[in-house]
Amino acid sequence: MTKLTFLNARLVDPEKDEIVIGGLVVEDGRITRHLPKDAPRLTSGRVIDCDLKYLAPGIVDLGVKVCEPGDRHKESYRSAGLAAAAGGVTTMITRPDTDPAIDSPETLEFVTRRANEASPVNVLPMAALTKGRAGREMTEIGFLMDAGAVAFTDCDRVVTDTKVFSRALTYASGLGALVVAHPQDPGLSNGAAATSGKFASLRGLPAVSPMAERMGLDRDIALIEMTGARYHADQITCARALPALERAKANGLDITAGTSIHHLTLNALDVADYRTFFKLKPPLRDEQDRLAVAEAVKSGLIDVISSMHTPQDEESKRLPFEEAASGAVALETLLPAAMRLYHAGLIDLPTLWRAMSLNPAKRLGLDSGRLAIGAPADLVLFDPNTPFLMDRATLRSKSRNTPFDGARMQGKVLSTYVAGTCVYERT
Amino acid sequence: MTFPHRHLLGIEALRQEEITTLLDLADRYAALNRQPDKHADALAGLTQINMFFENSTRTQASFEIAGKRLGADVMNMAMQASSVKKGETLIDTALTLNAMHPDLLVVRHPHSGAVDLLAQKVNCAVLNAGDGRHEHPTQALLDALTIRRAKGRLHRLSIAICGDIAHSRVARSNIMLLGKMENRLRLIGPPTLMPSGISEFGVEVFSDMAEGLRDVDVVMMLRLQKERMDGGFIPSEREYYHRFGLDAEKLSHAKPDAIVMHPGPMNRGVEIDGTLADDINRSVIQDQVEMGVAVRMAAMDLLAQNLVLTRAETA
Repeated sequence: MTKLTFLNARLVDPEKDEIVIGGLVVEDGRITRHLPKDAPRLTSGRVIDCDLKYLAPGIVDLGVKVCEPGDRHKESYRSAGLAAAAGGVTTMITRPDTDPAIDSPETLEFVTRRANEASPVNVLPMAALTKGRAGREMTEIGFLMDAGAVAFTDCDRVVTDTKVFSRALTYASGLGALVVAHPQDPGLSNGAAATSGKFASLRGLPAVSPMAERMGLDRDIALIEMTGARYHADQITCARALPALERAKANGLDITAGTSIHHLTLNALDVADYRTFFKLKPPLRDEQDRLAVAEAVKSGLIDVISSMHTPQDEESKRLPFEEAASGAVALETLLPAAMRLYHAGLIDLPTLWRAMSLNPAKRLGLDSGRLAIGAPADLVLFDPNTPFLMDRATLRSKSRNTPFDGARMQGKVLSTYVAGTCVYERT
Repeated sequence: MTFPHRHLLGIEALRQEEITTLLDLADRYAALNRQPDKHADALAGLTQINMFFENSTRTQASFEIAGKRLGADVMNMAMQASSVKKGETLIDTALTLNAMHPDLLVVRHPHSGAVDLLAQKVNCAVLNAGDGRHEHPTQALLDALTIRRAKGRLHRLSIAICGDIAHSRVARSNIMLLGKMENRLRLIGPPTLMPSGISEFGVEVFSDMAEGLRDVDVVMMLRLQKERMDGGFIPSEREYYHRFGLDAEKLSHAKPDAIVMHPGPMNRGVEIDGTLADDINRSVIQDQVEMGVAVRMAAMDLLAQNLVLTRAETA
């Protein structure tokens, strides 16, 4: 029996919504005891004195892109896993928007095998909702669930045919499967590289109104009401979509919503002189939207914060803005970026961990994301105050397309544990 | 240094007095261009490459003549027919050209921001000859010079810009330049051709020509791109001409001595009546073309001076 004891930590407990000073005992990969402040040092097993740093459940990151199969040069399970460990992410919920898409039990098995042999952190895959993410025929949802798919999504592609989508939702609901969708009106947002407004107009960039997101969400809500499906909106990024989400929840629909750390910490102006590392999908919004979304995370209306980790190589970013690929890597910057929200007084630590860890775990039926007795010892020890200058050359991801390159950040992961095993320790 | 810029990428980075400096020099070149001997040697020994990733006849010709009159070795590259087709990226193309040691690079590209990107990768002066819907600084400068010569001043004028503002880099550069010079700006066009966030631009917006043109000193028409004509942004060419095409009746709402401008090439009978465009008492369209050469000579002269200074300092 392996035993590990954390002493003298500030325990961030999202379930109890509190931070207390104390300790944890971990046995055989699970949390078995809570220790009070000033508990006597135990003699058996390894003892870690946390020196009053913060110990929280490991991050459960819903929506990570690992580029296997297809583009292993951009990100492999090894590199993504190392990046996750260094970022305090103990579970990656991976996306199926690979090449080819993860849309059959066979591809899913390949991915699971690769993940198990290469990643130091937990990997739980999502599978495509429709074959080839083409929006025409649903995938073998039942077989894929048997093979370990935790949710079904076509990622940033919207299933435009409402008949196809409603049938897939209906079929999924029969199996209790979670569907993750990208709320967006694809007609209105076609060709857009920025959010409409003065800035996009001055830069001469094709732009889309944030209203396209609300239209997409409205449509999806109607279909959930019709089918009774379990639904999660991957990224809600604008104020105008929030009332619809609130009503849907009040009406008792089985709906949750996420947002990305970038939309919470950056705005459209950060694109400045066509910086393509800031090109995201959906595009960055204006400051009022950012603040409204942060407020929605705080109130619990938005359930989940994720990295939306999207590796892109230099070639696909070193292009004119309109032609450049969308997306940013964020496994390693998720926690320090989230600390910006904490230091700005917008969202406190238990609430952040509710959104980054507890809620995504609950939504996917996992027992992680908690500090309760019996929970898996997936933990992150961090210091929210350590300042540093972000240098993208230090990232462990194979792709280094982070918008935070050169940014002053505060908050560093000290060590990360998966099932009581240390997978990262800051040197 | 009265014009402290390495590149001319847009009007956005220019200050009022820098614009005046450039226009003053352009005035002198306009005079030179009317002499029998049009040659000067401001660019002697320097190499100018015109890279046009998008079709253009008049702008390219204007830059070519401007460079040649100042003694530069000018080379035109039709980028649509070149290695871009073979999959070479913009940056690789730029680095290849850079290795040939050009001094002035004149670039037009269909994507906004592409010229900025290219300018970061080369060590010569870059002039933006139009990037996507972003900026077309020499067009705004030549428009400004034309207005200044016709009206005797470039401030406190009431100026209307009419037509497809949303897709026009000419409009953006002009809005910025004329705003910096403290003029009153009115934008006129159908709402589908207005950019988003227009209410924050510090301009007045109209969707009626008679109302918008009332008592203006200058009427700037914009070209309506063919691909926007049918159904997408406006219902038809004829309805557009009826509501927004400039004719004598609509022009009668402007001041009696108002001038008419157009960046060319014109669609006669779409955005402007043919007779009006040719009316030498109202139309300054030919002057715009003439001032284009002078402004481009001035811009390249100033950038070349800076280039030579910088090189002398580093040597």
